[in-house]
Amino acid sequence: MATSVNNELLTRPDTTSGRVISSSKLPDEVKGTTRVRRSHRQIRTENVFRRTLTIVGLVMVVLVLGIMITLVVQSMPSIRSLGAAYLWGKTWDPVKDVYGALPFLIGTILTSFLALAISIPFSFSVAIFLGEYYPKGWFSDLLKNTVELIAAVPSVIYGFWGLAVLVPIVRSFESSIGANSIGYGIFSSSLILAVMIIPYAASLGRSMIQMVPANLKEGAYALGATRWEVIRSVILPYTKSGLFAGVLLSLGRALGETMAVTMVIGNTSIMPTSIFSTGNTMASVIANELPEADKTIYNSALIELGLVLFLVTVAINMIGKRVISRFTNE
Amino acid sequence: MKILKSIALSGLAFAIAGSMFLTSCGGSGNGSKADSSANNDNNSLMGAGSSFDNPLFSKMFSEYDKANGVKVNYQSIGSGGGIKGLTDKTVDFGASDAPLTDDQAKAMSGPAIHIPVTAGAVVLSYNVPELKDTLMLTPEVIAKIFLGDIKKWNDPAIQSINKGAKLPATDIVVAHRADASGTSNIFTTYLTKVNKDWETKVGKGSSVSWPAGIGGKGNEGVAGTIKQTPGAIGYIELAYAIQNTMAYAKVQNKAGKFITPSIASVTAAADIDIPADGKVSLTNTDAPEGYPISGLSWVLIYQEQKYNNRAADKATKMVKLIQWMIHDGQQYSGALNYAPLSAKAVAVGDALLKTATYDGKPILQ
Repeated sequence: MATSVNNELLTRPDTTSGRVISSSKLPDEVKGTTRVRRSHRQIRTENVFRRTLTIVGLVMVVLVLGIMITLVVQSMPSIRSLGAAYLWGKTWDPVKDVYGALPFLIGTILTSFLALAISIPFSFSVAIFLGEYYPKGWFSDLLKNTVELIAAVPSVIYGFWGLAVLVPIVRSFESSIGANSIGYGIFSSSLILAVMIIPYAASLGRSMIQMVPANLKEGAYALGATRWEVIRSVILPYTKSGLFAGVLLSLGRALGETMAVTMVIGNTSIMPTSIFSTGNTMASVIANELPEADKTIYNSALIELGLVLFLVTVAINMIGKRVISRFTNE
Repeated sequence: MKILKSIALSGLAFAIAGSMFLTSCGGSGNGSKADSSANNDNNSLMGAGSSFDNPLFSKMFSEYDKANGVKVNYQSIGSGGGIKGLTDKTVDFGASDAPLTDDQAKAMSGPAIHIPVTAGAVVLSYNVPELKDTLMLTPEVIAKIFLGDIKKWNDPAIQSINKGAKLPATDIVVAHRADASGTSNIFTTYLTKVNKDWETKVGKGSSVSWPAGIGGKGNEGVAGTIKQTPGAIGYIELAYAIQNTMAYAKVQNKAGKFITPSIASVTAAADIDIPADGKVSLTNTDAPEGYPISGLSWVLIYQEQKYNNRAADKATKMVKLIQWMIHDGQQYSGALNYAPLSAKAVAVGDALLKTATYDGKPILQ
């Protein structure tokens, strides 16, 4: 493999690259041939570069595997003593050493998908607006930068804003519809998360929509389609795998978000009964309780929570990949 | 065959990851060795633990450095972290808001001594705009509120203590700490002592399974919930409540008096007979003027200071530092809203420091 690459390098026809040894400086007997010799240093540089890339790639793979193995090994004490009941246990009581992760699993999935449902209309609207209606101009630049800025704001700031502004608003909204009026809870954290994840789907969607070939759209217009019809029957079908990938990216962000959620969700280890009740997510339980988890089994139960979160993320990503490839194969 | 292959593959990955882990451990091991050799100038000490102690310790250590030229690097990583650091011998001393549990003591290579260093209190802060006077609470009522048994502010149980006060019919919203903390530990230890129901249903610990209410992150999270939510009640550190001018309740102590939490009443709570090992919980104190939800904070050191090639000089410097902290260092408590140690607590601390040895010989003469 390696030698064939080298041969190819050696026998590639000359180009005008300045790094190539000029043929006029070569000995007479070489002159006139169509092949140019690369110096050993050039070949070595090529090989070193290629090897570096391979090593960096391998390190990534090993890193992810290593994280997973660490999680599995460290959660072994808890897996051994609690077994599968850990996954559907509803009580989390560090004092009595009873650990059930179901409320947190439900909390994580509920907040993330609710946030996704709230954010999708906004992110797709932004993507279509910027990709199709106003790809250029000061207003679209402003909107684009603003949306990108949303992703750059640290999550603790969202948490603080949620605590100070959103929670009181949600509280008065809840009391007006007759739900329990605390303000903290799954609904508030989903709203915060929805704002935080808009840019991911929006930016990817925008660049996808801009890449739709003009001749497809022109063809549709030539057949008498309106703009809405072009969007619905040309742009969206053409970009659906890209849009879905953006949604997946948003979901991944929502699943792992810790700080902003923990500040507004209410942090109770009781099963949530509605979207207005308080709850907790796996990430925020780990962040809250790991520093003082001194018992082996407690520590290990928290790490197992990390493992479950890791596996949930992997599973959702794999399902997403399947959906994308099905879309593309159509 | 396929399974075998996958086992072999995962084994390989495991080996790679394991070797990486080992190298990283080796790296950090070298790092800490370098640290301790840097520490071998014997003029810098490492401590870790309680975040409750941190503001006071920062002030104390900076003053001590000015006067004696001994630098102390204190990492405020939580009591559990401090205990772990001492167990692993990565720090010279730990600081904790709770005495070592039997399991923690067993994990250590030798006996550790607990030197009381400061005291703090947990107050019940509330948000009831209709209430003009200071709220008064009994242990029974506090436990029932936090168990979720008392749900309304105008419950007869609260009304009968606060005679004449106008209590609204609003729901009680309980706020507690979401993150594991020494504050929660003091509060749940108190409730466990005063209420049977609490003891059986919840128990004590730095994080427990709360039967009611919502969790906030840190003192600021709980305080934020209380300030924002009409009808809220929650527990926070006394120093935090004073600094943020929040309303807090008087609590009935064992002697039957309703005590306003203050630096004086916390010091009074510690004015009890402290056992020779220094390990005492001040919650539900016997002291007649003492505020019942108080707690000591301890500095933890190994009794035998000769370990890991520590120099005698370093051990002496550390013991002298702690001695200074419980005597001269106490003058900085008041300004930072910590309760200075009672004379009895200082006497116990002195006696304990005298038991610290280096190679079997007492460090302090």
